[in-house]
Amino acid sequence: MVGAACALYAARAGLDVTVVDRGAVTGGTTGAGEGNLLVSDKEPGPELDLALLSGRLWSELAAEDGLGPAIEYEAKGGVVVAATPRELAALEAFADGQRAAGVTADPVAADRLHDLEPYLAPDLAGAVHYPQDSQVMPALAAAHLLRASGARLLTGRTVTAVLRAPAGPVRGVRTDRGDIHAPAVVNAAGTWGADVAGLAGAPLPVLPRRGFVLVTEPLPRRVRHKVYAADYVADVASDSAALQTSPVVEGTAAGPVLIGASRERVGFERSFSLPVVRALAEGATRLFPFLSEVRALRTYLGFRPYLPDHLPAIGPDLRVPGLLHACGHEGAGIGLATGTGQLIAQVLTGTTPGLDLTPFRPDRFPEEAV
Amino acid sequence: MNPLRRAGARPGPAFTVTLDGREIEALPGRTVAATLWAAGVTSWRSTRGAGRPRGVFCGIGVCFDCLVTVNGRPNQRACLVPVRPGDEIRTQEGTGHDD
Repeated sequence: MVGAACALYAARAGLDVTVVDRGAVTGGTTGAGEGNLLVSDKEPGPELDLALLSGRLWSELAAEDGLGPAIEYEAKGGVVVAATPRELAALEAFADGQRAAGVTADPVAADRLHDLEPYLAPDLAGAVHYPQDSQVMPALAAAHLLRASGARLLTGRTVTAVLRAPAGPVRGVRTDRGDIHAPAVVNAAGTWGADVAGLAGAPLPVLPRRGFVLVTEPLPRRVRHKVYAADYVADVASDSAALQTSPVVEGTAAGPVLIGASRERVGFERSFSLPVVRALAEGATRLFPFLSEVRALRTYLGFRPYLPDHLPAIGPDLRVPGLLHACGHEGAGIGLATGTGQLIAQVLTGTTPGLDLTPFRPDRFPEEAV
Repeated sequence: MNPLRRAGARPGPAFTVTLDGREIEALPGRTVAATLWAAGVTSWRSTRGAGRPRGVFCGIGVCFDCLVTVNGRPNQRACLVPVRPGDEIRTQEGTGHDD
């Protein structure tokens, strides 16, 4: 997704763009995502600024001819739910900080909650409504942005080396089916970004953080917003390698309800985990009791690209002239893709980036972390 | 050729189920999908968007195309659910849930 957005904004800035993908379009983390465009789960800081920028760009793209429906863009809003008064107090303090940073966050009293979400469990303490939270269907979004970019697309081609001139600058990439010459290379390999960075001699400590999604049978629209429990925010920010789950529930344009979210650091292990999926189902039925009568059709899993400080790597790599990174967005890559793409295009064309890129510097990690 | 004879099958006695209230004959051991096929029915669901007809596609429980309502429960995979005497099978429109 991030690569597609980089291609789109770079092409629109007048650059000649070639996209190289080892597999098929959306064959990696994008195809295993939920398509969240969230501001609600982000504390004030550089990631929230990027999310706000990206949200504006997504809504602009969605307003372009036919693109909004094609990518199933829905400005549906998010509802973060607190189970206890103590959780609610923490959630409202968090929302106060976000509001100061430009987020719209409306408190929802317990007795108004069911106006927003009629099927929510009774006796919840309250919630905060985030109208800026939105959703796309990630595979469609990546494919349509690539098509709209007009970029040359080479799928099924693995990058085997980053070509460099004797003095060091990047000259393109070598693939298993020939060389591609270019004065700039953007590493948008997501969870596999560490591999590409390594090929360029510029280590980047991207690690996989696994997540499962549970998919229900198609239903009439019963879950209107993206609804999640307040403890999700703490899970997202956690550094633990152990399993964490917190319920995230959302309806989709096609009908099925998607249930997340789990986080665990188990490498690229793809085997099914019943305990994880059971925890997801339990969490979701706590929020929405009617789901206990609904059939789950399938699950899927993916690997979020995790960097140690939970911020993506965006911008030029000072160690290798001509190399840029746009990866490591963890679970927010779909949402943050548009802003990332625009920032990368600004760097590539020599214009001042719309956000300060210092917090996203790819070479910010000490060598021992890499 | 009759597939029962080809397989050398000797199924137990036939029983009756209903499809939208109409009685059809079923053999023990068959799935709902096989029962409907044997009765000459190849489509028993309409899609959520365009209302297009659907029946068996993969036949092995993977594609979720053959969804059907059995005994009041929607979205069952006809290709996996064994048919039982007296089953009330209903064609399914859309999600199968009341909108």
